Amino acid sequence: MPSQLVQNTMRTKRLPHIWCPGCGHGILMRDVCQAIENLGLEREKVSIVSGIGCSSRAAGYMDYNTLHTTHGRPIAFATGIKMAQPDMHVIVITGDGDATAIGGNHLIHAARRNIDLTVVVFNNSIYGMTGGQYSPTTPTGEKGTTAPYGNIDGDFDIPKLAEAAGATYTARGDCYHVPQMIKLIENGIKNKGFSIIEGVSICPTYYGRKNKKGSAVQMMHWQEQNCIDIKKAEKMTPEELEGKVLIGEMSRTVRPEYTELYDEIIRKAGGAK
Amino acid sequence: MANEQKRFQLLQGNEACVEGAIAAGMRFYAGYPITPSTEIAERSAVRLPQVGGKFMQMEDEIAGIAAALGASVAGMKAMTATSGPGFSLKQENIGYATIAEIPIVIVDVMRSGPSTGLPTSPSQGDVMQAKWGTHGDHPVIAICPCSVQDTYNQTVRAFNLAERFRTPVILLMDEIVGHMREGCELIPTDELEIHNRNTQMISSMPYAFGEGQYVPHMTSFGKGNLYNITGLFHDAAGFPTNDNKIAGEEGSRLMEKIKVYKYSGILEFEEEEMEDAEIGIVCYGGTTRAVQGAIEMAREEGYKVGMFRPVTLWPFPEHELIERAKQLKRLIVVEHNYGQVLLTVEGIIKGDTKVEFIGKVNGTTISPKEIFRKIVEEEE
Amino acid sequence: MANGKRLVVEPAWCKGCGYCVEFCPKKVLVLEHEKIVVKSPEACICCGLCEQRCPDYAIWVEKEAM
Repeated sequence: MPSQLVQNTMRTKRLPHIWCPGCGHGILMRDVCQAIENLGLEREKVSIVSGIGCSSRAAGYMDYNTLHTTHGRPIAFATGIKMAQPDMHVIVITGDGDATAIGGNHLIHAARRNIDLTVVVFNNSIYGMTGGQYSPTTPTGEKGTTAPYGNIDGDFDIPKLAEAAGATYTARGDCYHVPQMIKLIENGIKNKGFSIIEGVSICPTYYGRKNKKGSAVQMMHWQEQNCIDIKKAEKMTPEELEGKVLIGEMSRTVRPEYTELYDEIIRKAGGAK
Repeated sequence: MANEQKRFQLLQGNEACVEGAIAAGMRFYAGYPITPSTEIAERSAVRLPQVGGKFMQMEDEIAGIAAALGASVAGMKAMTATSGPGFSLKQENIGYATIAEIPIVIVDVMRSGPSTGLPTSPSQGDVMQAKWGTHGDHPVIAICPCSVQDTYNQTVRAFNLAERFRTPVILLMDEIVGHMREGCELIPTDELEIHNRNTQMISSMPYAFGEGQYVPHMTSFGKGNLYNITGLFHDAAGFPTNDNKIAGEEGSRLMEKIKVYKYSGILEFEEEEMEDAEIGIVCYGGTTRAVQGAIEMAREEGYKVGMFRPVTLWPFPEHELIERAKQLKRLIVVEHNYGQVLLTVEGIIKGDTKVEFIGKVNGTTISPKEIFRKIVEEEE
Repeated sequence: MANGKRLVVEPAWCKGCGYCVEFCPKKVLVLEHEKIVVKSPEACICCGLCEQRCPDYAIWVEKEAM
């Protein structure tokens, strides 16, 4: 029998999962489950919606209402669920390619509407499922199978992108700082509006190997040393912050939520019960 | 009741589609503006909140069908509408709806293509796309209304079929029918036959189905039955599988599902003046009125001409047409394309019946006179 | 084992990434044949850092049965 958390929140018969040894996605999936447990949400009132890619296999392992959709589209599917059942906690689990490349349009527009979804991006900076092609979050200069001479594209800062589009809660966590990541997801779920939490993942198989990042353990050490809390970063010089990844709550604003605004439309139209 | 609709109204086909959908129980619409289907979005935006439903204008066509599918999973009858270019964009998620077995109605008001084509002009160029547009083997139900009243009635039927068989249903309209304006009776819900998906689970397995049955029952998210939906081939529990036996059985069941129930409400066709006909005209949707006009002219001149109109275009009423063709010398297919239903008709009609064709794709409509001339040219 | 808690492992789920071994503050764990082994159970303080970072849910801390 696995741990109480895993028994309570996952489909244990489906485990062990398909992710590679050292893949950070397993850690992040547990973080999402722990956050839901900490908030005491009824499982019947939680939907997990995912797209396509390594990240999106999470839905099948999690014991909630789970919808594994098409590539890039989970936020659009999730929007429909939330509109049909506004009391449902709708959590999207997606990847860097799923959320910011093929699904980038849905991401910014859901943020613009401030619809009450919680999007957790498992960001491994690579297309893992297809074997290591560079993604919109592969750092400029680094390699993938389709960037053999180094990536010349700029890379997205996911929380900033979502904040600019109108998200009312944005945050970034990682695999090393587990309690913080759990707290960030909890706060995202609690925020009545569009929330996004980037989870910096670890892909030793493709991203790590292509870019000579060492073993899974060495990549975890890298997060330990280079993922800097945003509050601590305030006291650091630009030189000290060179090459660091900032973690913590990035932004929080208050704006009317979409399904509540739509209820007002129904009242105006005379359709309220 | 401020929002109560008058029973008889002068409506466009596109507007009748919305009224039929609401009567059938549609409570969610998501889509993107595109000519010549935009009135469907506009009327949905007005009417849905009046009945407690919800309308969303999405960021793109793909989001339109995706959000509609999400709402359907959460228990709302949902629809999206588009035209050619948007229909292309929605195709992947039509396949998703097929394999995940999520009820949804997709309206395609056809216009001339390919590409941007002639956006405001009539065409029936998406007939084969409706059948084969999404990748992989799959069955499809596509319905072609021919008038405003027919659009109302067939939209109700489209929802019923989607709910009964857990499948996407394509309402294949065209610019002629979408923008045609005529009197329409808005038959109220309590006078209609309305089907809702069966939400009683057969077992704890969400994709299990009863002995001799082909359609698993479906509980909505949020009703306490925690299960998984995926676009991968899946087992009865809803989980992805690479098991060749299970994958093969699932694929076959999806195909069989539509075949088996073809005569349980899916198939519908209409005949006019076929009893004594020697010449038959196959038409559907927007060409129907012109064909009716041509038949009237031809009958006045003594030609024995009748009309065979598939209302359900896919699956096609093959056996019915084959049977009818036995009495015919000639069968003329009339459509606004270069011969899409013609392909099917040529494929099934063997023997002495000669298959002929009138097609047009230049932005204008086929006139009764053109059809009449075709009827008489060989008879003189 | 500490404070009424105990460390449990499920070697069948272990994929041998080594996170738990590396980040255990008391060096309780080792990998043998790429599977987790509790080498020094007496040193374990049940802090749970291994459980937090195990991507495969193969190691965890639970309350000892009364």
